[in-house]
Amino acid sequence: MTHLYLIAQVAGRAVAIDSDQVESVVDIGEVTQVPLASKHVRGLAALRSRVVTVVDTHSALGLDSASQARRAVITHVEGHHYALLVDALDDVAPFDLLPLAGGVALDTAWQRAGRGIVERDGEPILAIDLAALVPGYSAALN
Amino acid sequence: MDDLIQEFIAETRETLEALSGEIVAWEAHPEDRARLDAIFRFVHTVKGSCGFLDLPRLGRLSHAAEDVLAQVREGTRAADRPLVNAVLAVVDRIGELVEAIESGASLPDHGDELLIAALAEGAEEIAQTNLPGLHRAPARSVRLGVDLLDRMMSGMSDMVLARNELSRRLRGGDIDPTIEAALERLSLTVGEMRDTVTRTRMQKIDALFSALPRMVRDTAAGLGKSVLLHVEGSDVELDREMIEMMRDPLVHIIRNAIDHGIERPIERRAAGKRENGRLVVSARQSGNQIIIEITDDGRGIDTDKLIRKLVANGRDEAKLRGLSERAKLDLVFEPGLTSKDEVSEVSGRGVGMDIVRASIEQIGGRVDLDSQPGKGLRLAIHVPLTLSIISAIVVGAGGQRFAISRQAIEEIVTDHADAIRIDTIGGAQVLSVRGRRMPLLNLCEVLQIPRAAHDGPRMISIVNIGEGSYALAADMVLDNEELVIKPASPAVMSTGVYAGQTLPDSGLPMLLLDCAGIAHVAGLNFSRDEEQVEDEEDAVEAEAGIPALLFEDLDGVRRAVPLAAVDRVEQVEGSSVRFAAGRHRVTIDGRILPLAAQGKIEGRERLNVLRLKDGVNEVSYAIDEALDIITLPEELVPAREPGPIAGVALIDDEQVELLDILWVFDEHADREAVDAAPLCLIAGDRDGWMASFVRPLLETAGYRVVTQLPQGELPAVVLSTEAAPAELADKAPLVRLRSRRAAAGAGDDSVYRYDRAGLLSALEARMAGKGR
Repeated sequence: MTHLYLIAQVAGRAVAIDSDQVESVVDIGEVTQVPLASKHVRGLAALRSRVVTVVDTHSALGLDSASQARRAVITHVEGHHYALLVDALDDVAPFDLLPLAGGVALDTAWQRAGRGIVERDGEPILAIDLAALVPGYSAALN
Repeated sequence: MDDLIQEFIAETRETLEALSGEIVAWEAHPEDRARLDAIFRFVHTVKGSCGFLDLPRLGRLSHAAEDVLAQVREGTRAADRPLVNAVLAVVDRIGELVEAIESGASLPDHGDELLIAALAEGAEEIAQTNLPGLHRAPARSVRLGVDLLDRMMSGMSDMVLARNELSRRLRGGDIDPTIEAALERLSLTVGEMRDTVTRTRMQKIDALFSALPRMVRDTAAGLGKSVLLHVEGSDVELDREMIEMMRDPLVHIIRNAIDHGIERPIERRAAGKRENGRLVVSARQSGNQIIIEITDDGRGIDTDKLIRKLVANGRDEAKLRGLSERAKLDLVFEPGLTSKDEVSEVSGRGVGMDIVRASIEQIGGRVDLDSQPGKGLRLAIHVPLTLSIISAIVVGAGGQRFAISRQAIEEIVTDHADAIRIDTIGGAQVLSVRGRRMPLLNLCEVLQIPRAAHDGPRMISIVNIGEGSYALAADMVLDNEELVIKPASPAVMSTGVYAGQTLPDSGLPMLLLDCAGIAHVAGLNFSRDEEQVEDEEDAVEAEAGIPALLFEDLDGVRRAVPLAAVDRVEQVEGSSVRFAAGRHRVTIDGRILPLAAQGKIEGRERLNVLRLKDGVNEVSYAIDEALDIITLPEELVPAREPGPIAGVALIDDEQVELLDILWVFDEHADREAVDAAPLCLIAGDRDGWMASFVRPLLETAGYRVVTQLPQGELPAVVLSTEAAPAELADKAPLVRLRSRRAAAGAGDDSVYRYDRAGLLSALEARMAGKGR
């Protein structure tokens, strides 16, 4: 089944994000810190009149969060808006979602988010579920 | 003319709404002139308009009420209950008539004369009647989807931010004054717009509470009960949707509390309570919830009765009995249950607590019950906070801004102020301000953020979180703002220290702190305070309660000792106790003190010792452990024979022996010291004046003072009022006190009772005279 996907760069890897999950793509302005929150939470940012929780995608995927990324994908999970930071945005194109090849073992965080793969010019790209990267929500799932 | 009538109707209706609280308040305090004047003005205005608009019936009613109120204002009549009821009935009727005029309905006028007659002095108290068949004409309104309102609100916020952005940009360069004026006008309009738009969605919870005084009064009066209502926190602003949803459950709960909870005055008196029941309705924000509490001091929930009812309805008794106490309480929410035996006029019309709970759960809330049989019921409705406007203080900590709800803040002080003092006790900081001591938390430390480089004084907010108060230090206090608070995402809320998020005009999101959550995260525990506060309340109510220390004695019995006698509690090594010179003695602070005990002292490594002082002597008393500070009930069953126990008191349904301090001192205090002090007997002290005023003076001067002569002892001197008992005069030297300043004559050797020096020298002279 062909579906529209966003191809983004996270930690040097390309990921595919289902466009249904994406409300918009923005550049985040100043971020208000949230002390005591999990390290996956970068802070709060204003998106016009809306306050979004900024998620450090690197950290949520279990990677070092050295990135100073400002570009973010806005998604809506359970009544709250989140901005997931991405390094760059490559493309928006229709792809077919394929199941993960048998025997491929992903890292734990990737495994939780991974939904399958899409193929771009022969290169397999992991399709991820943004909701699984949202702290708190993903905790509830596990 | 029609326009005028419409205006009159609208105005009267508005005034009536505003007045309903006033009337009830006036009834509670008939001497309150301001309220009386408000009601008087109302009927006066109505009367005036009626003459003009040709409304004779209204005119007659208002005229009669005005006359009576004028008499009250002049002081020729007292605002007693029948009068207040009659005035209320007239005011109600005015409201009904106004509605009837508006809807074009006719209202039978046979009741008017009765109402007017009831206003006369000495008239029978009127029964409150409700005329059937009358419907209030609904205020003009339209229904809107909440969605639409939400879109409007967020559009409004966008507009405000855009305005801020624009004015920031313009401020930079040289701008045309006309543009500046236009921007100014835009700013003003946008500001006003925002307020209006916000009000479309938000409402003060007062809208829910303002009708309560009248409702409580009428409900209670209908049941022959008297209830004092206390409303707190009506400033909290809530989603209109929420307020509408809460209205019916709240009304139902309050009616239940008055009908089932609060007892009749006779029963209350028999139970030792005030005749007036107390009902407290309060609203506060806690975390991401609004909590509405309804507390009464009635009989609580009788779970036994509940179970009997349910069993009668065919439920399995053994199963119900086996439930935990909590689960038993929750049975009150079972469908089709009314816990009262007879169905009353007010509640118990088949709508049970099950409906209440269902409608609260429908909006995502829950109901908590806390019942104390015989003492009252506390019912807390928790509703999730979808949106609220609160007045907040903005504080700075570690270069960041946080909002604190103003409702939680008692006061703000700086750490440089003279009145405060900060100590470190066992690693925790404690703030003392005007005799209050409370834990001090540093916001930066709690949030684990570095303190901003800032040299000025720290600002300390004293926050109250219901169960107790604590002090919260921040780097600075920045602002005072009305903020629209929205719930934050679970990832933020899970920290437990935030109550929500907001977007102030700066365009930078800000977090609202949850003061209760901060206390929890910092590990503050107020349960001890709570007990103390309860004790204090009891003390105020009982007025005669004496604070006492409850302790576990060496023989395993729980005993109490009046707190006033205990100087302090100390822990000593078992080795510092010796059986020496015929008794146990303990070494404390380099002194030897007699040690009294009931139980085995030997063989303990450590001992807790009460140091008892009566001003002159010090005796120690060995105990196992100090437990608590309690208030002694007034009733005390005296012991059958004199001994270490003065009597038995009932504390929390447990018999507790009260240590007889006098006996302990008498038995254990070192004799020499006692004997050295001359015994002064106070005689004829009928009003207790001498015992309370002269006694301390004598004791400091080294006398032993008694009001009753101990057996086998003779007083060294007797101090008496002018009417001295003759039989004492020849046994011991007598000093008489007179209440007049001047002596009666040359033969009058009495001493003026405020003449300290004279009294002491007279005592000495008289005793010396006996020696000679």
